[in-house]
Amino acid sequence: MQYRRPRNLGEALRVLEDANGAGRVLVGGTDLLVHVRRQPLEPLVLVDLKTATDLPPPIEVTEDHVRFGPTAVMTALPRHEQISSWFPALVDASRVVGSVAIRNRATVIGNICNASPACDTAPALLVHGATVTILGPDGSRTIPLSDFFLGPGSTACGSGELVVGVELPRPPEGYRSAFERLTRRRGVDLATVSAVAGVSDAGEITLGLGAVGPTPLLTATSQPVDCTDAHAVAAAVAELTTVATPISDVRAGQDYRLAMTQVLAQRAVMAAATTGGA
Amino acid sequence: MSDPELLSQLQPVPVSFTVNDQPVAVSVPAHRTLLDALRDDLCLTGSKKCCADGECGACTVFLDGELVNSCLVLCAETEGCSVTTIEGLSSEGLTDLQQEFLNTGAVQCGVCIPGQVMAAEGLLRENPQANAEEIRDAMAGNLCRCAGYERIVAAIQAAAGQRVQIQGVKNQ
Repeated sequence: MQYRRPRNLGEALRVLEDANGAGRVLVGGTDLLVHVRRQPLEPLVLVDLKTATDLPPPIEVTEDHVRFGPTAVMTALPRHEQISSWFPALVDASRVVGSVAIRNRATVIGNICNASPACDTAPALLVHGATVTILGPDGSRTIPLSDFFLGPGSTACGSGELVVGVELPRPPEGYRSAFERLTRRRGVDLATVSAVAGVSDAGEITLGLGAVGPTPLLTATSQPVDCTDAHAVAAAVAELTTVATPISDVRAGQDYRLAMTQVLAQRAVMAAATTGGA
Repeated sequence: MSDPELLSQLQPVPVSFTVNDQPVAVSVPAHRTLLDALRDDLCLTGSKKCCADGECGACTVFLDGELVNSCLVLCAETEGCSVTTIEGLSSEGLTDLQQEFLNTGAVQCGVCIPGQVMAAEGLLRENPQANAEEIRDAMAGNLCRCAGYERIVAAIQAAAGQRVQIQGVKNQ
């Protein structure tokens, strides 16, 4: 294994290109270093992006958007009043990633680049219409997060590229979101199922689902739903959650996951409609 | 391996950082974790190596004032950083937290305790009035295989109460 300290983003890109597929961007390291320990003979080139002096700020809040840079860690999110008020589901998700010591190190961008189907922040980021800015040798491109996830551990960010930003537009007036998550134990466990609901003022529902497909999933209603009517919500949720195609694994069986997807999605919609606030 | 460029890439990484207010300089293989460097290169064995996967918290230290699992940080990453270990925390004798761990009988086999104390210290610095629920949430990343959780929470609550009292006296 090699360890590199690029002085800037350009140098980081060159190191990644030279590494020819063996390069791995290191920022928080909470997933990457576990992998390194389990695969000690893999000839990886770790590129410590923290040493680049031209990184964007960890968190940038303007009147109409929030932008996360590569060094935005989970514990930084709840500390921002604006982020807490605009994106409550995202902040709730950021609070349950690993432990305090993990959250002080784990980054938002690292979380999505790891591309775990159970990625905790992904459902909220998807629901809020996040875009991802990827920097490569030929410049940068910005794509919707929903196009970023390709499969378990696989993203649209190529081996010679870097994710330099995740941007969330400020939600429209009256937009509400809520996060629900099921784990085997209360703290420090990966999600068995997670769900984020976004509900617009008019009652349009957007659902983000975690751990029930090869990637985090995004789905939305085409018609507004009366979110004060539990039966109407249940019908909408039943239709929306047909996108879920969970597997059976150590955390839960497929049937249980499917059942819990509906329960959690319903709870998230009701919570967003009644209490979650933007 | 005869390729000189490849050999140069495998050279140890020089790292200068501060441990418990003392500047240190080490030269370590790229894969060496901060935990291994503390224990094996700097003979600071207070931080324990148990899971080495970021699951158990026995290796918890402060890195630039933030709690981290030192098993999930490469030593090379700490260039220019400031690290505080359990040795540094108690350099002037037992801290209030350590004393309360003893008073409440929270220490059984003892292996997890350095990490427990560091995590509790991090919590009380941020939230000196933490209640039992907040303590349990903050300590979720620190496992005790003796299952001494009740007394660990009690010890932290006792220390929190004292800190709030001391703060109250200072403010008067």
